[in-house]
Amino acid sequence: MATLSAPRIVSSRSEFADSFTLSRYLATGGYVALRKALTMFPEDVASEVDQASLLGRGGAGFPAGRKWSMLRKSPVSYLVVNGDESEPATFKDHYLVERDPHQLVEGVIIAAYALQVSQAFIFMRGEFALGLERVQQAVNDAYEHGALGPKIFGSNFSLDIVVHPGAGAYICGEETSLIEALEGKRGFPRIKPPFFPAVTGLYGEPTVVNNVETMSNLPWIVNNGGAAFAALGAGRSTGTRLFALAGRVNRPGVYEVEMVKNTFRDLIYDPAFGGGVIDDKSIRAIIPGGVSAPWFGPELLDLPLGQDEVAEKGSMLGSGSIVVMDETTCVVRAAWRITKFFSRESCGQCTPCREGSGWIERAMYRIEHGGGRMEDIDLLLDLCDNIAPGLTWPPQQTTICVLGPSIPSSVHSAIQMFRDDFVEHVEHGGCPHD
Amino acid sequence: MTHFRIDIRQRAEELLALYPRSRSAMLPLLHLAQEQDGYLSDEGIAEVAQLTGTTAADVRGTAAFYDMFHLEPVGKYVVGVCTNIACLLAGGEEMLEHASSTLGCAVGSTSPDGLFTLEETECLADCNIAPVVQVNHRYVRTTTPEAFDQLIDDLRAGKLEHDVPSHGTLIRVRRSGGLHASRAEIAAERLEAREAREARTPKETK
Repeated sequence: MATLSAPRIVSSRSEFADSFTLSRYLATGGYVALRKALTMFPEDVASEVDQASLLGRGGAGFPAGRKWSMLRKSPVSYLVVNGDESEPATFKDHYLVERDPHQLVEGVIIAAYALQVSQAFIFMRGEFALGLERVQQAVNDAYEHGALGPKIFGSNFSLDIVVHPGAGAYICGEETSLIEALEGKRGFPRIKPPFFPAVTGLYGEPTVVNNVETMSNLPWIVNNGGAAFAALGAGRSTGTRLFALAGRVNRPGVYEVEMVKNTFRDLIYDPAFGGGVIDDKSIRAIIPGGVSAPWFGPELLDLPLGQDEVAEKGSMLGSGSIVVMDETTCVVRAAWRITKFFSRESCGQCTPCREGSGWIERAMYRIEHGGGRMEDIDLLLDLCDNIAPGLTWPPQQTTICVLGPSIPSSVHSAIQMFRDDFVEHVEHGGCPHD
Repeated sequence: MTHFRIDIRQRAEELLALYPRSRSAMLPLLHLAQEQDGYLSDEGIAEVAQLTGTTAADVRGTAAFYDMFHLEPVGKYVVGVCTNIACLLAGGEEMLEHASSTLGCAVGSTSPDGLFTLEETECLADCNIAPVVQVNHRYVRTTTPEAFDQLIDDLRAGKLEHDVPSHGTLIRVRRSGGLHASRAEIAAERLEAREAREARTPKETK
């Protein structure tokens, strides 16, 4: 049975059709947290977030408080919000920017105050035309309301937020690539070290990059205290999290779920969430955290939705996206399509990623569409191993960013779990499902 | 005499003023250039280069990196059909095939009447209403072939001019309000806060 007792932290306004307006936001407790935060010392606001143990909700799951504490001291520093949500089958930030943009803006102002930053940017993927409109409107409203701009609510804190559109590039979700795009360049990830933009970020200045959902949690944390947030969930996975459930389920959607207290099975089958698999088919595999993540078989459905719990089984909760593949799914086609995506989105800087993704895609294509050879199956594993030596998770790094070593996940998983499907494809001379 | 229309030029200058360095306005300005011309024309690129203090080659090289920018003319409506994982599992490939047949053009090309350009897209982050179709980056939420055909009829008949503006990702994104404080004022405010903080944090003794 699913555990539904936790409060809704980031999706509390979902029942209101006008949830994106300032009037609805103010009528439902909006900007109360900001007023409270401004009466606190900035370091005390940061310490609440630290106490909440809020793990970043973008994909890497790095503790937000620790990221903040690494900010190099400098007269100028920046806060950049990552709203470039592009990991396939992830759509929870899309929900937040369209449905509750003021919550995001309030979170950004609170974070900027804690960090003592006076310039913030919200970088949003360009395909979110409506999201861009709603967040810009929320920023405009916040200026009008005195929640943004000079001397916010009469305090000695001033802040400007710029809403910045991306233009269609998956790689810009990688934080150093996002910074390059924000500087008006091609979105090429930067060479590490420095590992964190907190040292050298936008225009070479210290910069904190946080995800949209991470920011959206802050008003609740300030209102209720970091300890109340940390009391939800278990272990390192505190609070609630938005999960984007997609694929072969009856009710795909975005669901806010208390961390660890619910399992993959709860999320997929509970009537409050996914409501089961379409036509009651059985599950072949799930992708637990975005297409970069290695797959799970049905034997792991009772695993709790927690960052460490999933990591222990060799995958990741990643971007909060869960894709369900059932017995009607051709896993070879699914893995081929995911590789095609990586091949298309590789920025091209590093050879293993640029060339490897194309090689794997072509081998997968011929297995799926006819012309595959039996030796292609082991060739694929060899190619995967070249990009991410050892095929462990988290992977060995052979490239500037993590896109490269994420390419093998789906193909490696599919061959490991469903080698017979590959053999069948080769023998049949193409997809037997066609 | 600028290539940008006066209203576009006005918005471009507003955008430029938002950033500490003018090159940062590159992507928003390219969106504006595309809004005016329907694609990135040589004249549009030259103007963005001039506004951002770069060269046309630099602007073109940057724009080519990003899927949303078109370096050649496209139809008034760019129809994007997603076939990535969630849409694949919901019939995205079949929808793309259907779209191609309805529009009478191959994927990546423009319909004979010049009105529609069809693209196969990567994930558009709306996977609960799959397969996902966007027109000019607006979610149109047509998941069946019948609904898709109705959409195309409505677009042809000009019934959706408001819902689906042409090439206008930023057409309704307009900033009002702002910080309106000088950098020196902000620097003084931050310095004051830092000194206050240092005063309340006891210095560690070595």
